[in-house]
Amino acid sequence: MERALYLDPNELRRFKIKTGIARFFTYAFIILMAAFIVVPFLWMIFSSLKTTNEIISREVTFFPRKFEWANYSKLFTGIKAIDQYGNEYEAFKPMPFHWMFFNTIVVGFFTTIGTVVTTILAAFAFSRLNFKGRELIFTIMLATMMIPGEVFVITNYMTLSRYTGWIKSANHLENYAALIFPFITSVFYTFFLRQTFKQIPNELYLAAKVDGTSDFKYLVKVMIPLSQATITTIIILSMIGTWNAYIWPSFVTNSIYTNHLLVSNGLMVGLRGASETTGPNSILNLQLAASTMVTVPLLIIFFSFKKYILRGVSRSGIKG
Amino acid sequence: MLEYKRDGWKAAICLAPSLLLMCIFTFWPIINSFIMAFLNNYYFALNRSDIYNSLMDVDKSFAYFMGGRFTGIGIQNFITLFRDKDFLIALKNTAFIVFVSVPVTVIIALLIAVALNSIKGLRGFFQTVFFLPYVTNTIALGLVFNSLFHVDYGLINKLFNMVGTSWINSGATWGRAMFVLFLYSVWDGLAFKIIVFLSGLQNIDKQYYQAAQIDATPRWRVFTRITVPLLSPMILYITITSFMGAFKVYSSVIGIFGTGRYGPVGNYKLLITIVGYVYDQFDVSGMPFGVGSAGSMVLFGIILLITLIQMQASKRWVHY
Repeated sequence: MERALYLDPNELRRFKIKTGIARFFTYAFIILMAAFIVVPFLWMIFSSLKTTNEIISREVTFFPRKFEWANYSKLFTGIKAIDQYGNEYEAFKPMPFHWMFFNTIVVGFFTTIGTVVTTILAAFAFSRLNFKGRELIFTIMLATMMIPGEVFVITNYMTLSRYTGWIKSANHLENYAALIFPFITSVFYTFFLRQTFKQIPNELYLAAKVDGTSDFKYLVKVMIPLSQATITTIIILSMIGTWNAYIWPSFVTNSIYTNHLLVSNGLMVGLRGASETTGPNSILNLQLAASTMVTVPLLIIFFSFKKYILRGVSRSGIKG
Repeated sequence: MLEYKRDGWKAAICLAPSLLLMCIFTFWPIINSFIMAFLNNYYFALNRSDIYNSLMDVDKSFAYFMGGRFTGIGIQNFITLFRDKDFLIALKNTAFIVFVSVPVTVIIALLIAVALNSIKGLRGFFQTVFFLPYVTNTIALGLVFNSLFHVDYGLINKLFNMVGTSWINSGATWGRAMFVLFLYSVWDGLAFKIIVFLSGLQNIDKQYYQAAQIDATPRWRVFTRITVPLLSPMILYITITSFMGAFKVYSSVIGIFGTGRYGPVGNYKLLITIVGYVYDQFDVSGMPFGVGSAGSMVLFGIILLITLIQMQASKRWVHY
């Protein structure tokens, strides 16, 4: 109020117009970019419900004219078509989504349990225990984060194929083993947990020592409960990591055995060459229905655990 | 610091699971890849190298390593690598993604974060929208971008009346296909960067902005003189991690074009990347892992070099 007294009313009006224009452009920019982010999602979901006729028509439709829910059941049953010689062939092979989901959850579950146990123990050692070479070992571990992943993939493939029969095995459990074992520890999560453990005041540890509590009991009764939020973040990120894992599974799983596939691989195998099919045989809508099937669970997880996921992000990414 | 008893043996127990797994799946691969890169004609044929050798009539002067045979030690793999046209294409494509799409993504993310930070209405809603791509499946969304740019049925071609213009289908030019990959990388990379920038912006002391307001500093000046310098540690962190990530670009290319393909029908190697080239060495019969390992060593060298340059350059302009 006081300030207004010294302001020229014309200047005040000009200032208001200026901020108004700035705000308009800010919102316009945000809305434009938000549209860029959202359009692929909406296109995916809407097109997955279109009929093949609508997909191949020349008209521009974004929202489906008629909801073709049958697209989703076709994913499981496949489509039969008849070629020019009158022979029946599979235009779209059924996708084993039940197996894809089940395998991913099993692999994700065991990978996550293994990761949580090994990283908690390691982070405990790095944050609380006093031993020779602690900083050196930790630095070496951190340095490995810089090395590109395919260095590991090639040799791990060799190691497993040489010493185990797990690679492209016909045995379901062996396939799980190949998918789980190389991933049950993580440098990044160890680092993340160590930071959390370090924030727990040392006095608690010393008090526990005075009471004669063992280190192990202190870890289980004090440190783990106090770090629940971080551990939840690790569990969620690890599960999402398995859901999105593509490269390693594509090398160790034999795609002939369709009941061995994880989601990303199943998606890839099932839709190979799909976009080249044209005319009434186009399966673009099924392709997008399959993508929706894989994406929607992720979005549900994202909305339910947004807080935990974002906690992990500010430290580093899960993609790579 | 209170001096307490050294916990050597406890630490050993706690670290054992983590370190054991890392020795097998992290440290050994680094050593092994380094060795393989320098073995001439190294063939690892899944425990069948003896049969393979008798079939291929190899030189008698070979030795064995990890169950595979080689004919000598030298830099032959690197020579093969740099004489291979595909590898040079891969270098070019990867360089484009790294040096064009990463800077563009970082700048857009910075602008979005600043814009989001300056608005009040609907901020939570827009934040959620921009965070959405963070957890998505690369393969699933690759298929979506494929369908958005489909030659006959894609939204873009229908919308802009360009049906018949091939972006990712047969006959696509490098520029068009790369544009789709570029858009996808930007789309995919924004979320993580926006999250990090936003958390950085929220930590900037409001007093700087109030001081600028009193002096009636123009907006762009506030941005270049206050926001960017104070965010510089975040910008450095984001650029380094994004560069590392972009050098490893692979899944998004595969997601757009389909398994084992880095380009449209008729030109499968159009958008091959370094990682794609390395993984392709698996599929070649006889599996010349040596060339693949040499490729990953080159990649590691480039990443290390670029990171060191960035660290050096950052000393000039990063304010801590």
